Amino acid sequence: MFPARFRYEAPHSLDEAISLLRDGGDYVKVLAGGQSLVPMMKLRFATPDMLVDINDVPGLAYHRTDPDGTLRIGALCRHADLEFSSLLPGTQPTMAAAAPLVADPLVRNRGTLVGSLCHADPQGDWASVMLALGGSVIAQGPAGRRAIPLAEFVTGPFENTLGHDEIAVEAVVPKALGTRAGGYLKLERRVGDFATVGTAVAIETSGGTVVRAGIALTGVGGSTIAATDAAAALAGKPLSADSIAEAAELAASAAQPKTDHRGTAEYKRHLVRVFVSRILGGSLSSTTGSSTTGSSATGAAAERAA
Amino acid sequence: MTTTADESRALDEIKIGGLGSSRKRVEDDRFIRGKGNYVDDVVLPGMLHMEILRSPLAHARIKSIDASKAWALPGVRLVLTGEMMATRNLAWMPTLSYDTQAVLATDKVRFQGQEVACVIADDPYIAKDACELIEVDYEPLPPIMNPWQGLAEDAPVIRDDKVNQADNVVYNWEVGDKAGTDRAFEQADVISKMELHYPRSHPSPIECCGSVADFNRATQKLTVYLTSQAPHIVRAAVAMVAELPEHMIRIVSPDIGGGFGNKVPIYPGYVCSILASILLECPVKWIEDKTGNLISTGFARDVYLKGEMALRKDGKILGVRMHTDADHGAFFSDAQPSKFKIGLMHSAFAAYDVPAAHLTARGVYTNKAPGGVAYRCSFRVTEAMFFQERMVQAAADDLGMDQAAFRRMNFVRDDDFPHRTPFGFLTDSGQYAKCLEVGLKAIDYENFRKEQAEARKRGRLLGLGISTMTEPLGAGNSREYDILGIKMFDSAELKVHMTGKAILRTGAKTQGQGHETTWAQIVAHELGIPADDVVVEEGDTDTAPFGMGTYASRSTPVAGAAVAMVSRKIRAKARKLAAHLLEVSEEDIEWELGRFYVRSAPGRGVTIQECAMAAYSNMPDGMEPGLENTAYYDPPNLTWPFAVYIVTVEVDPETGVWDVLRMVAVDDCGVRINPMIVEGQIMGGLTEAYAMASMQFITFDADGNCVGSNYMDYLLPSAWETPGYELHSEVVTPCPHHPIGAKGIGECAAVGGPAAFVNAVMDAISETGVRNIDMPVLPDRVWEALTYRRDVSGAPPIRQD
Repeated sequence: MFPARFRYEAPHSLDEAISLLRDGGDYVKVLAGGQSLVPMMKLRFATPDMLVDINDVPGLAYHRTDPDGTLRIGALCRHADLEFSSLLPGTQPTMAAAAPLVADPLVRNRGTLVGSLCHADPQGDWASVMLALGGSVIAQGPAGRRAIPLAEFVTGPFENTLGHDEIAVEAVVPKALGTRAGGYLKLERRVGDFATVGTAVAIETSGGTVVRAGIALTGVGGSTIAATDAAAALAGKPLSADSIAEAAELAASAAQPKTDHRGTAEYKRHLVRVFVSRILGGSLSSTTGSSTTGSSATGAAAERAA
Repeated sequence: MTTTADESRALDEIKIGGLGSSRKRVEDDRFIRGKGNYVDDVVLPGMLHMEILRSPLAHARIKSIDASKAWALPGVRLVLTGEMMATRNLAWMPTLSYDTQAVLATDKVRFQGQEVACVIADDPYIAKDACELIEVDYEPLPPIMNPWQGLAEDAPVIRDDKVNQADNVVYNWEVGDKAGTDRAFEQADVISKMELHYPRSHPSPIECCGSVADFNRATQKLTVYLTSQAPHIVRAAVAMVAELPEHMIRIVSPDIGGGFGNKVPIYPGYVCSILASILLECPVKWIEDKTGNLISTGFARDVYLKGEMALRKDGKILGVRMHTDADHGAFFSDAQPSKFKIGLMHSAFAAYDVPAAHLTARGVYTNKAPGGVAYRCSFRVTEAMFFQERMVQAAADDLGMDQAAFRRMNFVRDDDFPHRTPFGFLTDSGQYAKCLEVGLKAIDYENFRKEQAEARKRGRLLGLGISTMTEPLGAGNSREYDILGIKMFDSAELKVHMTGKAILRTGAKTQGQGHETTWAQIVAHELGIPADDVVVEEGDTDTAPFGMGTYASRSTPVAGAAVAMVSRKIRAKARKLAAHLLEVSEEDIEWELGRFYVRSAPGRGVTIQECAMAAYSNMPDGMEPGLENTAYYDPPNLTWPFAVYIVTVEVDPETGVWDVLRMVAVDDCGVRINPMIVEGQIMGGLTEAYAMASMQFITFDADGNCVGSNYMDYLLPSAWETPGYELHSEVVTPCPHHPIGAKGIGECAAVGGPAAFVNAVMDAISETGVRNIDMPVLPDRVWEALTYRRDVSGAPPIRQD
């Protein structure tokens, strides 16, 4: 498979990269992990005029926690860095559950979280996770830096709100208002397949009350879906079997699945309900309230990945 | 040369890498080092590159093709269209099933991905760019995606190119005893019925197809490096299709990155690269991409079954009735023996003592890729055994009988051989009940049934599936088996050099089976020449003896037998040389592994290597020098390995996801030449069986678009999904007619395995009353069956919003 002709640049600084984006013409793509972009180019579904490869730009491969608990993930932090990170277990149950479920180990070695957010594939896992956590993306352009909340960053299938001369340099997960719990569950027909359904749930509890909740859905709509009503059903009260059932039902109705070769719309909606129940049920039964769900509840698909 | 001790000096067969030695695969050394030599590794001076333009539509009339912009692109040397091929009578070519197939489309395109034009350019990027510049004006026609659409009254005729083709029926064919079967059904206490679809699948070798054609104007010789499992058939076909003299054609199959039946047919890409090389007088390389391979080359299966079993209430099978409708795609190009329209589908029920059976088969054209290749399968045997074992499970359930007991009761017994199957095959050996007992013991059958009942009380769904079968491998005897009239024998040529080292060539072609390792082991067994001293070469028609290639598990049964036979010819001559060297008459010579000795004085002997030296340096008067020979082997029958596969699963009642708990495989393939390679073959086959059962299929939407055109949509299980296997080799029933008692094994697990997985899932959800979920048994299908308590069909087109 042979991609169409394109120009390739590998700058050594962000400023240089941004100038290339600014002056590079109509169709320039930033290359980080390349795990979605390169296959699309190979099939000529994507035919950019230029690739700006940022892998030589120093200082982007980090992920770290600020003293206040804010988590920052640089543009060259690979999925595998997060999968094996010591920062996530305990404090970031939703992320820790999702990291080993992203694509397959080969993709995880190269692909990046920030790149996945920019790609804005409705079947991408990280956008749901970040949406559930209330995360944001830091964009850098000629005019400097700005923070874009995830809810405003992904606007449709393969569409984001970056300016043509901006690079997403970092993803940010805000500090928790209480103790984090939650998880990520995904059904995929095979490791590395696009998600049939993915469900990210993140709650923060303080004094027995859920003080913040986020639920987001993968693969059941034209883009990542924030199930805000479902999250609202959890907030401001203790987690209970009733609130879980209500949230699961509201999340299922927030889904906009289509019948296709991965299953009927009805089946996918049903899975959203099951997954929300399973993740929150795990949180409820856990004594610490910070259970990481994601590696056992979907049975086969998730177990294999874990 | 002589010693005085009396004890045997026979070599230790395992030490010299003979029969039964798990010798490491000699070919792996170069593969592991990245030093394999595949078609894409062939680089010739002045070589150009070819790319194919494929149809985006499944069914459309071609109104015009404008290639002017492609011709104008710098670096483009040639653009071929159907119209240009037609001027050389090459727009169409014969298939291996006496049909015709378009090389480049002229009148219509008949499936998505069909070859429409090709570009030959200085590099593959330019060729691809130029393909995008070719403007084709299509007039869309209604696409036909399954046989039922094709058989409808108002269905458009796909093959309107053929005179006398008024509808979309390819053939109607039957075999068996209709009257006897009807009588059996009249006498039945219970009639068990099943309707099934074995979905379309693709062998998808990791290496796609490709060719490097090199026509030399000066010598008039055409050399083609090409991905073929059967290079001699390609040479014959090229000679006939391209009307070139056969002795001026050399086909070379270098290392092959997997075939699985996909690399048996002749593909348009090969033909176009050959014509391009002749026209341009320089080498032309064509390397197919993955999408091209998946959407246009030989698929497998895609057969619908209506099956019925006539049963006596005590469990005896009285008769079997089968009707199959096969979806052949746009051209009937099954690679199979000429005599049988639906392959060896009628090998079904060979393991069971069935008094009467009748099979009717209908083939239908559709707007899908042609093929019908034997994907890790001896010509539709995979469908036959899947249908059989799904029917057997349903029959036992309908009778309220235990799955194992029903099979045990109906097996052909050990002392019933040779046994004539109801469809006319002759099975010759096996210990079916013993294999079943080994399998049941390994899975701890009785305990699992208890555990299953306990789990069900707590809402957990456990299931156990059994599949037992014997299949015909190693086509075939020349009375019944031919391809395009060429009888399905095979060959081996052995040249023992004067220092006792040897080169062996056969008409087979390894693609991962390990011939370079195992053939040398057969020579070691027959001659006592250490396997390391025998180099094996295959795939070059200028040097290899004529053979029909490797597919349908025929290498060991046919070519492997030829290796044994040629070794015996060599040994016969070596015996004369030994008599000469030992100065006794030939009648006084005895053989032990690696050595001839004098019967009355066992200490006096000569090694096979000493005989080899004598063949070139000290032969008796009147004897032809040299120690070389060739054997052509026409097997008296197929070989009949037997297998038992037992799977246990747990189904998640909320999501429909199922997990394999255990898989036990008992394979009786007769004598094992290299046990390690046999185990590898079984594990590979089981993995493909799991693939079929769980995820791997090609389907289509209502517009004729292929769903499964790349590895994101065409799902092959990876190491993460594939379950572990427990293999059993304790039952060994040698083949009575094969020179070393071996039977085919490469395909057993892929053939018999799928039903075990599906039977297990169906067993787990048996309380729903659901009779069938078509493969692949995807979670959404299981959930639908659990939720709505209805059968789930997998026939295309897919459901879509």
